[in-house]
Amino acid sequence: MVVENTIDTFDAPPEERISRERFETDQMWIYMGPQHPFSHGLWTLKIKVDGEIVTDAEPVIGYLHRGWEKEAENRTYPKIIPMADRLCYSASMTYTHLYCMTVEKALGIEAPDKAKYIRVVADEICRIQSHLMWLAAMGTDLGNLTIFLWAMREREYWLDLNVRLCGQRMTTNYPRIGGVRNDTTELFDRDVLRVTELFEKRLWDIIDMIDDSSIYVSRMKNIGCLTREQCANLGLTGPAMRGCGLDFDLRRDMPYSKYAEMDFEVPVLQDGDAYARYRVRIEEMFQSCLIIKQAMRKIKALGKNAPYRVKVPSKVPAGRTFCKLEDPRGESMMYLVSDGTDKPYRLKVRAPLFTNLSASKPMVKGCRVADVPVVMAMIDVCMGESDR
Amino acid sequence: MDIEAIYQKPSNHDVKSLLESKFGNKITVKGLEMDRVLVDVADKNDIFEICCYISDNLTFEHCSIVMGLDMIEHMEVIYVLTNYYTGINIELTVKLPLDDLHIPSIALIWEGANWHERETYELFGIIFDGHPKLERLLTPDTYNFYPFRKSYKLRGQE
Repeated sequence: MVVENTIDTFDAPPEERISRERFETDQMWIYMGPQHPFSHGLWTLKIKVDGEIVTDAEPVIGYLHRGWEKEAENRTYPKIIPMADRLCYSASMTYTHLYCMTVEKALGIEAPDKAKYIRVVADEICRIQSHLMWLAAMGTDLGNLTIFLWAMREREYWLDLNVRLCGQRMTTNYPRIGGVRNDTTELFDRDVLRVTELFEKRLWDIIDMIDDSSIYVSRMKNIGCLTREQCANLGLTGPAMRGCGLDFDLRRDMPYSKYAEMDFEVPVLQDGDAYARYRVRIEEMFQSCLIIKQAMRKIKALGKNAPYRVKVPSKVPAGRTFCKLEDPRGESMMYLVSDGTDKPYRLKVRAPLFTNLSASKPMVKGCRVADVPVVMAMIDVCMGESDR
Repeated sequence: MDIEAIYQKPSNHDVKSLLESKFGNKITVKGLEMDRVLVDVADKNDIFEICCYISDNLTFEHCSIVMGLDMIEHMEVIYVLTNYYTGINIELTVKLPLDDLHIPSIALIWEGANWHERETYELFGIIFDGHPKLERLLTPDTYNFYPFRKSYKLRGQE
């Protein structure tokens, strides 16, 4: 049966019918954000659309700019530790770790071995919970509320581990210059292995739900594509970079703390689309579990009497130091210019997301409007660190 | 040529000697650390040429940061560039006199430097010539001061 086009039912001459079918439209700018379900924080993505296709994009940020670096210049070194927690809410320990590491490097001291292992464990806990937060947010972007609920449920276990370790769920205020605040508690030693074992099994439930469903996989495949060269040139880092075939991980290639002793794999995929970034993050969670198990074995071998903190002077000698650290979102870096007083002269933070967001234009260009939330979900937006 | 030599990763000493042989007295290598080569650039107008060489010939694919620094007598711009293959960082430091805060932009070499330069422009007032879109990014357009300069105190301008 042939269904007739409705336009033919109009009583109009044939020339006009043709002109109606070729309906010319102007391109227009659409503001997605700052309050938009996809934005996961306060920022705006201006997109220019031609019908359904995105032809241009322009991210607008700065809603959360609070002059973090200027504030840091007016505080003594220990007082910046709680501030560093507030840079990113879902992976606060990594920034505090990075800050303490930078100041230790400037002072020329080494944290005790035990503190380094504890920091490795804390970092990986942060990585897993940050990735779970991303998984939950991605689930809602793709329209699957079950992923959101399941990922958030798993995340609670990791947040409980933070409570066991230092008494706080999110802004932990735990690493110190020259070590960590307290030794691991017995409850933490017991529970971290239990949670890791449990999590490795339960993560498969979530993976099965996403990967077995062709609806979700087809929404992620072949969108937001970047080549390896584009990715390096745009300054993209982290899982988004490793999904583009760029084989670089600071934990393995420029090891800090005790990562040189850990045995783990760096997942790299060549596809460069949103699905590859999703796969890389999932694999990273499994690798983090491996690292946690190894580091906990080392902590156990050191015993309860090993030192976990050394005393440090309050004044940092003049000089210029920088440290890099593999954040859940990419390469984070702090550049410290010290002048011999007890306050930093300048403390610059390189937030991975700041640069990743600037790459959103080439990623969403050519996509359909409905794909924009999926593409932007894959860089895991957290505005606290990128606006600073 | 020896096969081993081809596949050996270049060290920071190699990077130092390559830079010195190419640019002579335009640059001074003032320090060498494990994964860090500290370079002072004498004339700010050479920065584009030096960055082109580092990007194309030394294959430093990643621009980590571009940051401004207010030293009160002069301003400084610091670049940290990373090689993904060797893990070496080159740190370029350029001094700018206070009466001439212009420097060539490197956003055409590394697109990742684009927003870092915009940020440095709005917070320090350093103007990057040839930047594709030099506008305020984090602060409102109505700001006519540069908040990260040392003359700007926490409670406002003196």
